[in-house]
Amino acid sequence: MEWLTETKIPLGQWISSLMDALNEHADFVFYTISDVLEFIIENTIDFLVWLPALLIIAGFGILAFVLHKSWKLTAFTVLSLLLIVNLGYWEETMETLALVLYASLFCMVIGVPLGVASAHRPWLYQAMRPVLDLMQTIPTFVYLIPTLILFGLGVVPGLISTVIFAIAAPIRLTHLGISSTPKALLEAGESFGCTPRQLLFKVELPSAMPSIMAGLTQCIMLSLSMVVIAALVGADGLGKPVVRALNTVNIAQGFEAGLAIVILAIVLDRICRRENNQTSGQ
Amino acid sequence: MTNAVEFDNIDVIFGNRQAESLKLLDEGKTREEIAAATNNVLGVADVNFNVPQGEICVLMGLSGSGKSSLLRCVNGLNTVSRGSLRVHDGDWMADVTKCDGPTLRKLRRECVAMVFQQFGLLPWRTVAENVGFGLELRGMDPKERRDVVDEKLALVGLDQWADKYAHELSGGMQQRVGLARAFATDAPILLMDEPFSALDPLIRNRLQDELLDLQEKLNKTILFVSHDLDEAMKLGNSIAIMEGGYVVQHGTPEDIALRPANEYVADFVAHMNPVHILRGRAIMHRIDRDKKTGSAELTLEDANIRITLEDGVVRSANNGERGELKLINYDGTLPSDLDATDNSIVFVAQDDVLLKDLIDIRSITQNPVILTRDGKVSGTLGRKEFFDSLTQTASVPD
Repeated sequence: MEWLTETKIPLGQWISSLMDALNEHADFVFYTISDVLEFIIENTIDFLVWLPALLIIAGFGILAFVLHKSWKLTAFTVLSLLLIVNLGYWEETMETLALVLYASLFCMVIGVPLGVASAHRPWLYQAMRPVLDLMQTIPTFVYLIPTLILFGLGVVPGLISTVIFAIAAPIRLTHLGISSTPKALLEAGESFGCTPRQLLFKVELPSAMPSIMAGLTQCIMLSLSMVVIAALVGADGLGKPVVRALNTVNIAQGFEAGLAIVILAIVLDRICRRENNQTSGQ
Repeated sequence: MTNAVEFDNIDVIFGNRQAESLKLLDEGKTREEIAAATNNVLGVADVNFNVPQGEICVLMGLSGSGKSSLLRCVNGLNTVSRGSLRVHDGDWMADVTKCDGPTLRKLRRECVAMVFQQFGLLPWRTVAENVGFGLELRGMDPKERRDVVDEKLALVGLDQWADKYAHELSGGMQQRVGLARAFATDAPILLMDEPFSALDPLIRNRLQDELLDLQEKLNKTILFVSHDLDEAMKLGNSIAIMEGGYVVQHGTPEDIALRPANEYVADFVAHMNPVHILRGRAIMHRIDRDKKTGSAELTLEDANIRITLEDGVVRSANNGERGELKLINYDGTLPSDLDATDNSIVFVAQDDVLLKDLIDIRSITQNPVILTRDGKVSGTLGRKEFFDSLTQTASVPD
């Protein structure tokens, strides 16, 4: 067995060198990205915090009612958000909301086209599958270190880590939705003379929409589950009080901040979830 | 008459070893042998026939006989392996086997429309949006589209349902939406892939009638796939019977019913109800040509009736006891004021009247029915001819 351990393959060394090289020769790229993203997110947070809390809560209430026509959901949304204000975590909640929204936005903007492309090209999906598995299973802390080195402390490495963790869901679900478009509908589209683009936008995407929306809610949930980890690399938000509570063994603070995360998660999930009674097949 | 669709030596093979499979096909190998050797499936082999403009041609056969495969070649949903398939629209012509993408799209958007067995309606669209689908793909502006959609929905009797979703409608109504969608593009050629098979028999029958009514107004060329011979006989101007990818017989419904080309066709025919297909001329007792010219008298044996002809036209009829009999020309409807079994009248009908209508006539009078073609006597139908026709021993018409 000695021959096996005699010369260690320097896998870790390679990755480390790669990171060093990137950091040395391309650091301006990462810093630019970091600066731009940080600017956008910070401004969004400032704006959200500047808006009166009651206005935002009313906005959520109206959104819940318009999308779902349910007084129960509207009442739940308004009351639970008021509870967050009462507990004193409104600002952190807005910071987390901004992070989650941007992470989900990036995931969808990148994930849906990738999902569509991989549904149309089996080889691409074959190639992507191990990468997606890797992104979902590799412990978050492992890629937290390189993102920290490349992007510096703050909200951006948190955002990037969140995107890496969450993006597999919209890719997989978009792939599933597009590739399970009923053959009958594809043929109907073709037989009336769809161009490939028309087939995508008028048949495949509408047919895959319930699945894509499921991808969005998944994405939001996964992003929220990354909030605490994002706080470790310096992203503001509800993760910070949780981390602080952990360090000071403060049960009360930990519970309250945790509850705020759960409330935000449930509210976003219920609002984004679509009853698909109208789009269920024939 | 000009042809709308021409099938010219069409072979269709599914799989990726086309050349090899075609070679085996040329060597006379069967579908099973080809599948064993190359793992490819023979869909259609050596199909040669034309569909004239304005006709309904029914492709008929058991499942797996290649009828759908052949149909789907016409708009390129299936790829033809060898042969030439020409589609005509007025002066415009396209060979589906050779044309490029834009030509194929033009063909699908303007020339050939399709109706599917499982309707193929887009569930997230309303009925009106589904009907306007083809026009939308063509880029017609929404206002103009709405007008066409309303017109086509009225045509199939669904104008009240425009804003419903497909799944809110019954199966029969969904297929009417499918029909309206196909009519909306004003394509002269219609492909119908077992459109009524998923419906219950009553609705199926009604939609068949509606299709025939619409066809009278619209005069499309229709290729219709069916596994039901009664449906094929009812709708088709011509029928192509397929077995194992080959067309084993192509002809008029009467041809098929009276002269089945082989066992397979005969099996189909044996299970069909003849009264809806057979016409008077196929079963009548023919009258000699010399009796049709000049003046003549004719005696009908089994009823003892004498008919006076003048240049082939029936002038009068009498039998000994009752004297002169009343002649009634059958024009598609029976006079309602007649007694049942009134033996003082003789009906004169065209010889292309269906057997079921002739039976209705015969139920009113015991006397034979006189059949004419172009106004001149061509034959008679007595008791013997009726019974023979029902037991499938009808004579071959000329």
